[in-house]
Parts: sequence; C-alpha cells; structure tokens
Amino acid sequence: MGPRLGVIAAAVVAGALLLPLIAVAWRAEGWSGIDARDWGALWFTLWQSVVSATVSILLAIPVARALARRDFVGRGGVVLLLGAPFILPVIVAVLGLVAVFGRSGLVNGALDSLGLGPVSIYGWQGVILAHVFFNMPLATRLILQGWHAIPGERLRLAASLGFTATDTFRRLEWPMLRSVVPGIFLVIFLICTTSFAVALALGGGPGATTVELAIYQAFRFDFDLSRAALLGAIQLTLGATAALLSLRFALPSGFGAGQDRAVARWDSRTPLLRLQDAVAIGLACAFLLIPVGLVLADGVFAVFDLPATVWWAAFRSLVMALIAAALTTTIAFLMALAVVETRRGGWIDLVGSLSIAASPLVLGTGLFLILLPVANPVSLALPVTVFVNVVLALPFALRALIPAMRTLMADYGRLSASLGLSGWAWTRLIALPRLRGPIGFAAGLTAALSAGDLGVIALFGAPDRATLPLVLYQLMGSYRMEEAKAAALILVVLSLGLFWLFERGGRRADA
Amino acid sequence: MLTLEDIILAQGDFTLRAEVDLPSGGITALMGASGSGKSTLLAAIAGFLPVASGRMTIAGVDVTDLPPGDRPLSILFQDQNLFPHLTIAQNVGLGLRPDLRLTSEQGTARDAVLNKVGLAGLGGRRPAEVSGGQQSRAALARALLRGRPWLLLDEPFSALGPALRREMLTLLRDTARDEGQSVLMVTHAPEDAIAVADRTILISDGALEPPMATVDLFADPTPALRAYLG
Repeated sequence: MGPRLGVIAAAVVAGALLLPLIAVAWRAEGWSGIDARDWGALWFTLWQSVVSATVSILLAIPVARALARRDFVGRGGVVLLLGAPFILPVIVAVLGLVAVFGRSGLVNGALDSLGLGPVSIYGWQGVILAHVFFNMPLATRLILQGWHAIPGERLRLAASLGFTATDTFRRLEWPMLRSVVPGIFLVIFLICTTSFAVALALGGGPGATTVELAIYQAFRFDFDLSRAALLGAIQLTLGATAALLSLRFALPSGFGAGQDRAVARWDSRTPLLRLQDAVAIGLACAFLLIPVGLVLADGVFAVFDLPATVWWAAFRSLVMALIAAALTTTIAFLMALAVVETRRGGWIDLVGSLSIAASPLVLGTGLFLILLPVANPVSLALPVTVFVNVVLALPFALRALIPAMRTLMADYGRLSASLGLSGWAWTRLIALPRLRGPIGFAAGLTAALSAGDLGVIALFGAPDRATLPLVLYQLMGSYRMEEAKAAALILVVLSLGLFWLFERGGRRADA
Repeated sequence: MLTLEDIILAQGDFTLRAEVDLPSGGITALMGASGSGKSTLLAAIAGFLPVASGRMTIAGVDVTDLPPGDRPLSILFQDQNLFPHLTIAQNVGLGLRPDLRLTSEQGTARDAVLNKVGLAGLGGRRPAEVSGGQQSRAALARALLRGRPWLLLDEPFSALGPALRREMLTLLRDTARDEGQSVLMVTHAPEDAIAVADRTILISDGALEPPMATVDLFADPTPALRAYLG
C-alpha cells in the first residue's frame, strides 16, 4: 500500500515536472525567434555562472583549510554560520549587500573619505557578489567534507615523515581538491544558471540579465508568451545539459555529517600559518555577518511601524511555508518508501534529483500556459507558488529521507513484517517516531526555502496576493529602505525560525 | 505439523534443498555450520524470502505465499527484536494489536504475560533502560502473547552471556510447553541443542538431514554431525 502510493506520488511529480516543460517547448515555436537580446542573456548567464563558481571556490579553499586544521572555541558556530545562507531568503541578503556595497553603504562611505569615486553594486558585479555570498559558504562546507575525508592515519604518517605544510598540500590536499572540486564547481554553476531573484534585484539591463530574468521580463513587461516560452526552452536546454554533465561527476551532498571536529595536524603550527587561517576565517565570517547584521539591526526600529499589508504578506508566507512543508515531507516520505521497498525503484530517485535542474521560472511559465485556457492563473498565484516550492524542495527532502528509510527497513523491516505492522499503524508507531530527525529537517528546510522564495510569485503576483519576499522587493524598488529592512527582519525570523523549530522538533526526545 | 515439500531456496550461487516433516510440540533445533543456510531457511519459513520452488504447509494449510505477519508463527531474531522508541509494554502489546489500540482485557492479558516472564513493573521502561536479559524476556513475552502455534528463533539470546542464555532457554522451554507452542530454533551451539531440544535437524552440503531425537543423535553422531563437531 505505502510503496504503491509512493510510486503514484513519484509519477505525479514526474508529470508535474514534465507537463510544464512540454507546454513551454510546444509554445516556443522553433529557435528562429531568438534575437540578440536572448543570446546576450544566455551569454551572461553562462559567464557569470562560471565566474561566480570560480570565485566562490577560490575563496572557499583557504577557509575550508583553516577550518580543517584549526580547533578553536566557536568553530562549531562558524560551521553553522556557513550553513545559514542556504536557508537565508535571497532578497534579505541582497538588501544586506546593498547596505554594505550600495551607494550609501559602508564601502562607498570609506572610499568617499579617501576621495575615491563610488562603486556601484548594480550590474554584473553585484550579481556575482551576491552569488559568491551564497555559494562561498556552500563551497566551504563541501570542500571541508573533502578535507575530513583524508584519513587521520595518512596525516600521522605525513607528520612522521616530517612533511611541511607545503608537502602536505602537494601530496594529500591537492589530490583531494582535484577530485572534489569539479563536482562542487558544477553544483554551484548549476545554482547560478537558475539565478532569478539576485538578477532581478541587482542585475537587469543589457549586460546583466540572466535567462531566468529575461523570461520574467518577457512575461511581465511585454506579456509576450511565445518569447517567454522560447527563453524557457533555452533555460531548459541549459539545465538539461548541466544535468547530463553532472551524471559524470559524483555530486556532493550538501549536508554531510562529521564536520564537528578538526583533525590533529603537526605541519601547520607556525605563527604565519596560524595568522593566515585566522584571517581567512575572520574575513569569511565578516563577509557573511556584516550585511545581514546591518539589515537586522536597522530593521528593529521600524518593525512596529510597518503597514498592515506587510503583516498580511508575512501571514500568507507563513501559511504557504507550512503547507509546502507538509506536502513535501508527505511526498518525500512516500517516495522514499517506494525507493527502498520496490524493486527497480531507481527511477523514483532520479525523478527526485531531476527537479534540481528544473528552473522555477520555466515551471511557472509552463504552468501559466497550462492554466490559461481553464482559469485565471493570477488568481492561482499562491497555489502555483506552493506547488513550485514543493517540487524544488523535494530533492533535498529525499536526500534526507531515503538513507534514513533504508536504515529503518534494514533494522526493523522484518520485525515490523513479522508482527503484521503495516499501513497507518506502521506509519504512526514506527516510521514517524523513527524518522523524526530527517522528517523534521526536511520540513524545516522546505518551510524556510518556501517562506524566503522570490521566484514564481514575481511572475503571477498581484498586490493583494503578495508574499513577504515580494513585498520586500517592492519596498526596495520604491526606496523605502527602513520598511524594507524591517520586513527583512520579519522574513529572517520567519524562515530561520521555521527551520529551527522543525529541526529542533525532529531532534527532541530521540531514543 | 510443519511440512516442507520439495523446497528449493536459491540466493546467488547458494542453493538449499529442504524436504522435511516437523511434528508439532516440543523444541526442534536446526544446526549447521555458518553459511550452511540455516538462517536462510528460517527466513523462508517466516516469509521473508520467497522460495524458488516447492510448497510449505503448517497444520495442512499452504503458507508458501502468505505475508510474514499472516503466517501461524512468531519469530525472534538475533537482535533488534524491540523497537527502541516504544516502551516494553508497547513492544509486547504489538503482539496483540499492531495498532496498539488494546482493550482493557487485552491490557490485562499483556500484564499477565509480562508477569510470567518476570518483567512485572518494568512495562513503562524503554528497551535501553532494561538489561539485555530483560530485553530477551520482553521479546519472548510478545511471542507468547501472540499465541501463534509455531515459534521460530534465529540464534536466540546469542548476545547474552552463557549463564543468562541457559536461563532464557529454560524459560523458553517451560513457557512454550505451557502454551502448547512448537519451537524451531536455529543454533550453532551443540550445548544449546542438548540442553533444550527434543529433536535436532542438521544441515550439511545444501540439504537437510532427517530430524532425529537429540539424545540419540549425540549418543551416536552421524558423519555429518561428526564433521560439524570436529
């Protein structure tokens, strides 16, 4: 019964992914309509993704190395901080970067006092800066996993042979980096190619429009559905190519365990290396903390003066996040059960990972095209947004649930079967209590991503149906910065708070 | 009577033929070297492993294709017999109703069985809060409570020390006799078979030897048993 429901759920997800894509491809009417603007968007998407991924990784390597070989008070906090951007709403980070690098921000203030001209955060440099803000921490965590995978015995052997830090790098660390970095590069490249909210807020114009943003513009400003569909097809091809490429690499999973401890090292105790590591960690923390800290600190003062529309939007976002979390965990639970319990369940796993390559705007355009003949898509803006959030969060939920389900079945599958435990009784008495941790994590992650999402809602959103991230973007766009910062504070409390609550709930009282 | 007719088990290169009539009542030991397939056979009888061919019946009813929970038997594994997040009482109660919605009579019956195996007053604890021997008693209590005609045990109590294990085997023999349950027990320890088993079946060279009275078998070992004992 359960596994069959899971197969059905997987088929529905596959359909929900494919139908909008078919609608987009069908509406795109050939490649002849591509003009110079579209090529420009494709070119910008590609090169900014390459640059963003490269810079993120180059900055991440010294930070990861420092974290790998230094044990200090607060190290766990730093690793936790590096995980935070993953669930931080994009628009909040953008607001923070504007507060630091914007026209009246800290950096320009300093430059001005030195008599140097202002730098602008709007344009390609802002897009790349924001991408590095989000992906440098991700890269650091992933590379740190690689560092922790170097066996301690190997490092002890190196110490007994009198390796210097340079020798260790050449013999142990460089080979490790060469094996993990390509996969990490590809993951970040993929993330950056589907960038929408960052490009929407900081990019635009001829030199800084991603394909996703171009879809939005064709849709929203020109209401040219054919062009939107054509751009959607370009984005689709891009995503599919990257997904195919990714089959050749072992993609790292984002939430590896065992990062809580530095490995004993004997080669890096010189004061110079200590200083180097301290600087790397300090700069990374400052880069992550200062922008968001500025926003939140300023936001506190305006929170109680916010208009009711903002609070309503926050309420809407909260409800949507809860619905998305419930749906995603239910679907992921059933799919994980089907992957583990049915023979040839591999395709279900594949459906789950495919949605990583799916782009929200392409899905949104496709759904719009499908809904247009039968209903007013704008009136369905919120359900459609929840739906896209569910699809996009599903791969992460599956990555948490499938291994846990496998362990549960290996440990207690036969016992449950021998007692005739099945269906709802099994779910209630065995599965939910045993899988509390991963379910809580999946629910928290989905809720946080959904609450902070600024994607499809921008396509469909109307003022009376706006979510909090959309309202925040609109406040920014009309230069009401105090209110924007207060809204950002609410949004951060909402998304990080939901993640914390669910994740905490999953960990409590685990036997 | 538990009957295996022309049963063939296949797992990769490994095959096992089984053709045997096991009379009801008493304890039957299933002995053999590691890798001889004794646990595999038990898993097949319990319904975890489909047979390649053949038929098995219990009391004349064909059970070959029944799901594990529907077979007229209970099974005790080497370990993982209890769910760690449920209390001892809940773990035992699962034997009466898998959804744990027990009536008050069922609750009384559960407490009586807990008493019988010496777990009175421990029902509210989790498995991690009682000793290994008490965990085994809880698993045994659940099997008794289910009241299925057959009880299968896969290397039972092997995680316990020798004294505790002997104590548990004795408890098993006495309670099974009182409840009229037939027991089929996989073991690799001759002393366990000698201690409690009325009959012993030896597995060697991919097939089962006919069941023999344990006393007779060890008084005059067959060549296969001599090879096993070394």
